[in-house]
Amino acid sequence: MIEFLNSIQNSLIYKNFFLVLSGLDNTILLLLISLPVGFVLALLFALGRVSKIALLSRTIASYIFVIRGTPLLVQIYLIYFGLGSVKFIRESFLWYALKEPFWCGVIALTINTVAYGAEIFRGGIQSIEKSQVESGLSLGFGKFLLLRKIILPIAIRKVLPSYGNELILMVKATSLVSLTTYMEMTGIARKIMAKTFAPVEAFIAAGILYLFLNFLMVQFVKYLEWKYNPHLRLNN
Amino acid sequence: MFKFDKLVFGDAGWGDEFLIATLMTLLVSILSMGLGLFLAIITVWAKIIQNRITRFIANFYTTVIRGVPELLVIYLIFFGGNAVVMSIAKVFGYNKYIELNALTIATIAIAVISATYSSEVLRASYLAISKGQIEAARALGMNKFSIFFKVISPQVIRHALPGIGNVWQITLKDTSLISVTGLVEIMRQSRISSNVEHSPLTFLITAAILYLCLTTISGRVFKTLEVNYSKGFST
Repeated sequence: MIEFLNSIQNSLIYKNFFLVLSGLDNTILLLLISLPVGFVLALLFALGRVSKIALLSRTIASYIFVIRGTPLLVQIYLIYFGLGSVKFIRESFLWYALKEPFWCGVIALTINTVAYGAEIFRGGIQSIEKSQVESGLSLGFGKFLLLRKIILPIAIRKVLPSYGNELILMVKATSLVSLTTYMEMTGIARKIMAKTFAPVEAFIAAGILYLFLNFLMVQFVKYLEWKYNPHLRLNN
Repeated sequence: MFKFDKLVFGDAGWGDEFLIATLMTLLVSILSMGLGLFLAIITVWAKIIQNRITRFIANFYTTVIRGVPELLVIYLIFFGGNAVVMSIAKVFGYNKYIELNALTIATIAIAVISATYSSEVLRASYLAISKGQIEAARALGMNKFSIFFKVISPQVIRHALPGIGNVWQITLKDTSLISVTGLVEIMRQSRISSNVEHSPLTFLITAAILYLCLTTISGRVFKTLEVNYSKGFST
């Protein structure tokens, strides 16, 4: 038994595991900024998309069309390599953020998740029954109160499963930021691979950590679904 | 800042290179979508037959691949694939060095990812077929093959087309990750060109526009197919 434990401790996967683990905080940092900002912006964009102002709605629709039609990698490269090559951006205050791969990653991830999130929330808002809005109006709710008390809670609750999917896609998308020399888990796994020539061990170690992160995300979404759907609970 | 005049065809520009790269992206997408659908059918079959072991393997495969970043799967197959193929070849007594070419690896890697998404779509559409259909076919004395090809497949295609269209878009966009393996598709071509011309913005925007065209056109194609396949279908 002790020999077995020793052999595990000496194995490459075990050692790599802790090396890759040191990049977990960088991955989580990306998510901690881009997910909340993306959530709020996505809600605002969805409201703009369903608004009756044609110009606003069209602009947001074309933004969503462009972002959803191009790969995230193109967006990351455009922000990291593309904007960095423009002279007046290099001389402006924006350069303080754009010279860091971290902020480029955060900006690209946010832009991406806002487009997908807005489309999801739009579906939620449009699926609300008219009678619920009408009953709110008959109670004398103003526009803002209607939004805060009726439309948004129902819409968000309805789209929680698909927004959960988007959150998991975002966890996976953080790995692309490693291609801009940002050292998160995939970047470190890549470095280990280059050093040890043992690709399988390095990437399996990283894969286990991503699976774990996604497992936590699924549990979080499940908890939210349980919390915000009290009428669907079996025993209350 | 912009050097769009460098996009002409011929030796003076990158137009023809980008055309070939676009065709390469399409080729990888189509091949891996096809292989992915084939893998997905096997996965669905493994999930719906009443066998605990195959169901466990299929569930394990779809859960793990969908929980791990696509880039990691591509790295794993790109760097680890050769070793696996060589160790399999060793069993058959072939000891020389084998190197898979980039296109094969790209196709396999994207197919492995796309199959997990396709399998979910196909499984849902299989479950949407009412059991009476299969029972009726059996009562007519059809064997398993004709049930599959004449009763199940046409209806599964009809139900699955919108979902498969989504998977196609995901697959098309995932091929951009293949650029890390050195295969010259749109993404890789735009990096090469921008390194030569020192104008990343030009060629990255070109790449974005090309991807946008591909996704838009294929979206239209799938819309037409959907209309075609739902003839006489009341929705």
